[in-house]
Amino acid sequence: MSAAEEVVAEGHQAVEAVPKRAMTLGTGTSLLVLAVLLLVPVFVKNFIIFQMTMLLIYGLAVLALNILTGGSGQFSLGQSAFYAVGAYTSAVLMEYFNVNYALTIPVSAAVCFGFGYLFGKPALRLSGVYLALATFALATAMPQLLKLNFLEHWTGGVQGLVVTKPDAPFGLPMSQDMWLYYFTLIVTVAIYVFSVNLLRSRSGRAFMAIRDNEIAASSMGVNVALYKTLAFGVSAGITGVAGSLGAIAVQFVAPDSYTITLAISLFLGMVVGGVGWLPGSFVGAAFIIFVPNMAESISKGLSGAVFGVLLFLVIYLVPHGARQIAILGQQFAGKLRRN
Amino acid sequence: MRFGRTLRAAALVTATAAIALTSGAALAQKKYDTGASDTEIKIGNIMPYSGPASAYGIIGKTEEAYFRMINDKGGINGRKINFVTYDDAYSPPKAVEQVRKLVESDEVLAVFNPLGTPSNSAIQKYLNAKKIPQLFVATGATKWNDPKNFPWTIGWQPSYQSEAQIYAKWLMKEKPDAKVAILYQNDDFGKDYLKGTKDGLGAKASSMIVMEESYEVSEPSVDGHIVKIKAANPDVLLIYATPKFAAQTIKKTAELTWKPLQILTNVSISVGSVMKPAGFDAAQGVLSAAYAKDSTDPQWANDPGMKKWNEFVDKYMPGADKTDTAMVYGYGAASTLAKVLEMCGDDLTRANLMKQAASLKDFAPDTLLPGVKINTGPTDFAPISQLQMQRFKGEKWELFGEIISGDVASE
Repeated sequence: MSAAEEVVAEGHQAVEAVPKRAMTLGTGTSLLVLAVLLLVPVFVKNFIIFQMTMLLIYGLAVLALNILTGGSGQFSLGQSAFYAVGAYTSAVLMEYFNVNYALTIPVSAAVCFGFGYLFGKPALRLSGVYLALATFALATAMPQLLKLNFLEHWTGGVQGLVVTKPDAPFGLPMSQDMWLYYFTLIVTVAIYVFSVNLLRSRSGRAFMAIRDNEIAASSMGVNVALYKTLAFGVSAGITGVAGSLGAIAVQFVAPDSYTITLAISLFLGMVVGGVGWLPGSFVGAAFIIFVPNMAESISKGLSGAVFGVLLFLVIYLVPHGARQIAILGQQFAGKLRRN
Repeated sequence: MRFGRTLRAAALVTATAAIALTSGAALAQKKYDTGASDTEIKIGNIMPYSGPASAYGIIGKTEEAYFRMINDKGGINGRKINFVTYDDAYSPPKAVEQVRKLVESDEVLAVFNPLGTPSNSAIQKYLNAKKIPQLFVATGATKWNDPKNFPWTIGWQPSYQSEAQIYAKWLMKEKPDAKVAILYQNDDFGKDYLKGTKDGLGAKASSMIVMEESYEVSEPSVDGHIVKIKAANPDVLLIYATPKFAAQTIKKTAELTWKPLQILTNVSISVGSVMKPAGFDAAQGVLSAAYAKDSTDPQWANDPGMKKWNEFVDKYMPGADKTDTAMVYGYGAASTLAKVLEMCGDDLTRANLMKQAASLKDFAPDTLLPGVKINTGPTDFAPISQLQMQRFKGEKWELFGEIISGDVASE
């Protein structure tokens, strides 16, 4: 069996082919969700707004992974590293160069895109579990790299950096949390629309062709190496934006925030949300934010075990994650309409 | 009819006035901020119950048990303590989320004893902006003693730097021509000690320190480092290592039949988890400094304070491992908070809580060494700053010399 054949076989086992229309929500549903996201913050406490902001931020990071895995069929356990690079880019620019927070976000996106693209180059030679391992190494190395002595002047070493939270502009009468939420929401919607269109475009079709069958894709004239690294770059760029927003929302960056645990959480979020289903990213993000808290309220000493049981239930009952529930819901709605 | 209505109105006015007056008087006596009432004081806490530092989770459990004991005895000034503790998994973003939950959703009066330097750094600005006390943080970094910039944050344990300075001062006095080698953990903990030592030695640091060797916490063993250090032939070895590595160091030096003067960080002085595994023979003559009693040290068997601690553990944490120093730590920290709340009386505002926390005078929790006392003031936010030197002899630590104070102001 040649290496290429192996890739094909593994690709089929690991990532199920998702048709591109099934990757998004209908227009009506999307607008409804957006309306809810716009209105809810007016009625809830600042703490809930903060949690919703974190939900959008982690949702973006999961979305980025979804483009990479669900779109182009490549695995990554190293998303926490890109997230960290984005967070530190924003933090350093804001605290040392007094750059406006909103301007740091495109910079983070560019830096992370470059970083991801370059990392994608050597990673081309790897596939399946080997790629997962290589990215895993990146995630484990990142916190230590951030502690390096010659970077300490910028990164603050183990002590981390405190980030100032922005006020609402133009004297808008809203709290910092609410403004940050709406700011995050704007960025999220923009990136979501970009991602949906990306996957519907020629590049998106190329990603999916590679995911489904690399050899067939290349024989149809798809530049496999280019699109694979491009997928890595785009994914890293979006993760970097999420990292930037995360740093601003949490107001603090430190190496301990970006350990392998974060990468695994994001991976978990993707699986729970449904691999290849973009709206599921936000369901997955909700899972990784709220379920550990629920597990803790059930048992403090055994919170990890309770979380494990809940996760097991999800995987066992709905193996395709939130996408499966959405499809069931759709079928049910269709039946009702017919009746 | 008309008269009746007027009368009723007059009565109403009088009654309202009376209520206003009495409640006004009551307000003068009892003052509350969010999280405190006539019956309850709500205290928040975050701990790493899961994740890489989950071994410290026992501190939170001890504190929870301690407040249960206080409540069983009737509470503090008649109010029960409602201790709300959440898991932050030693992750700063999670710490921020959980602390915001404590403040904005659970509405606690103060956040007490949150653990870990990164987690505390992450929540410090938020709590200070909201003017919520961040009481007695569980970390040895020096930066918590900074009342000017962070008036709502106060430390508890002696800082690593001040402890290292005590060792440096002792060396300058007792062994001024020593050749010193330093083994330290390559993180904030180890680097704080390194800085403290150099500051303490001052101008002599460059001539006295012959070697600085660091190890990563992920390494399985430090044996290789010890062999390397021995080759430089120092006569004093400063061991700034966490328990596992400290035990390895003491054991390895003995195996090499090398006998430098060894000084060990207070973090790793547990008889049960360091000295015994290292071997009592190998550990003879090792020096360190302490501020709390060691639960595994037989010399405290009849100590009234430790007897109280033992009774507490037996009743409220049955089955817990008594050799765990975290339980001694949690007991000491919780009793400090209980003392401060008692001092607050009926004025349970956040400002008064902070004021009382900064006016502890010679408070001695059951678990601290005899003579070590907690003192704070408006410009001194480092509650415990005293330590006493000790030498390992036989199967226990022997205290010697005077209690030394080593306050280090934050830069």
